[in-house]
Amino acid sequence: MADWLGPEEWRAVALSLRVALVATLASLPFGILAAYALARWRFPGRQALNGLVHLPLILPPVVTGYLLLLTFGRKGWIGATLDEWFGIVLAFRWTGAALAAAIMAFPLMVRAIRLSLEAVDPKLEEAAATLGASRFSIFATITLPLILPGVVAGAILAFAKALGEFGATITFVSNIPGQTQTIPSAIYAFLQVPGGEAQAGRLVLVSVALAMAALLLSEWVARAVARRVGA
Amino acid sequence: MSLSVRLAHSFAGFALDLAFEAPAGVTALFGRSGSGKTTIVNAVAGLLRPNAGRIEAEGVTLFDSETGLFVPPHRRRIGYVFQEARLFPHLSVRANLLYGRRFAPRGEAGAEFARIVDLLGVGALLSRRPGGLSGGERSRVALGRAILSKPRLLLMDEPLAALDEARKAEIMPYLERLRDEIRLPILYVSHSAAEIARLATTVVMIEGGRVAAAGPAVEMMADPAAAPAFGLREAGALLPARVEAQEADGLTRLASRAGPLWLPRIEAPPGATLRVRILAQDVMLALGRPEAVSALNILPAKVAEIRIGEGPGALVRLDAGGEALLARVTRRSAAALGLEPGREVFAVIKAVSVAPGAVGAG
Repeated sequence: MADWLGPEEWRAVALSLRVALVATLASLPFGILAAYALARWRFPGRQALNGLVHLPLILPPVVTGYLLLLTFGRKGWIGATLDEWFGIVLAFRWTGAALAAAIMAFPLMVRAIRLSLEAVDPKLEEAAATLGASRFSIFATITLPLILPGVVAGAILAFAKALGEFGATITFVSNIPGQTQTIPSAIYAFLQVPGGEAQAGRLVLVSVALAMAALLLSEWVARAVARRVGA
Repeated sequence: MSLSVRLAHSFAGFALDLAFEAPAGVTALFGRSGSGKTTIVNAVAGLLRPNAGRIEAEGVTLFDSETGLFVPPHRRRIGYVFQEARLFPHLSVRANLLYGRRFAPRGEAGAEFARIVDLLGVGALLSRRPGGLSGGERSRVALGRAILSKPRLLLMDEPLAALDEARKAEIMPYLERLRDEIRLPILYVSHSAAEIARLATTVVMIEGGRVAAAGPAVEMMADPAAAPAFGLREAGALLPARVEAQEADGLTRLASRAGPLWLPRIEAPPGATLRVRILAQDVMLALGRPEAVSALNILPAKVAEIRIGEGPGALVRLDAGGEALLARVTRRSAAALGLEPGREVFAVIKAVSVAPGAVGAG
């Protein structure tokens, strides 16, 4: 089985999993925060935030990638600061691939969490307040457990999206084997050279298997969590 | 041991402007739907910030628009029993009951878990989820949850409104026990005269966002002027009485300042003090002591006040040995008997007209 994929292909699979996992876990707190702000708070600029969150869903991925390069690239406004102050470089690194994947998957994550937040009855949160729970305690003990199925669904959706991200990734961090070459970039690269169809085909199978597995897992986890929270 | 409320608040098309005091015991906010009762309770709980006013509970100021003080709901320590229970669906009954405990100040004496579970009869439900509970069970768990958060005051917003008559009758004794055993001041919202007659020590009548009348429940229920608000068929005085004996033919003999009273069997030991609600429409008046009638209860009384209604009826407040009774008769009868304040009469009450639900713990 291990021989079935070549070392280059293995590297792409492993890198894809790592990029997607880091992208999902790192963006989850922000996803919950953004969903909470959009669902519950009324503040000036709410529509602007909503638009910003959804922009990657609508823009051509290559545009998102280019914008990332402009801002997070070495000479970019944020990228230069990160490099100067913290020595963090995102452009042409796997961390940059994770950032691109996270941003592309963000709208899907936020939508799923926001939907489940809107289904939580604020009257339950009021009841918790009269029982002495502070805002933070209410969120931790009432809101979060009740939206857990939505959070899990959103995270898995984001993971699947991050796994398949191509356009923004290749624009922002290019296609460097072992560094930024995820499964989709690898498939693209193999298809560019004569005789690469077999390698590309194997990665396509891996892609399909991973996507199916993520889908089944999300169904199963969502159902298990829903049972646990009694929703 | 009291709550003092003064508030002004306006919504689109509705303005609230009132002040009242709630002494120890159960203070009922009575009024029809839309009169502003829930707004008042929400303001006391801190779920709503009124435009102006001042709220003080047990000597602690919770809200004062002049100084800009507004204590957030979770720091007020005011238990709130909502109309729709609002149990947390993802927690077991036990976890629901204990939810407020972790936020309550440590070391402070509060109601004991085992005692409340026992008092409310929810012991068999502890490991269950709220989803599978009946309406009456939910109400009891919601009550227990509020009490166990060690509140200094309890708010109840029509906690029985969502229940059918049988469930109401099931919960009522628990509420009475709470009132008498836990001794928490309770602000109780209701539009049911029957509930108020059973529970209230003080009644604050709300009409269109204002206090129409307020006073001790026994006085309010016997006030002919307040009767139209309670509903003429629902109006009736509260008679404090003590159980004397259970008699062999199924009747219970009670003693009251107005005289002896026989009622269909009441499940209470001799010596127990009760509050009997005698509906005004069930009281017949006679000038002489009636002979050879089936009615068992004939109480000598003096007419204290007559209020002629707009229709054919009149409401008569009687003084029977220092207790008040309310009788509803026709204007024609009032004229025929020559009823006027000071007139000696006999109040005739059929034993069976007093329903079991009309007898509450005193």
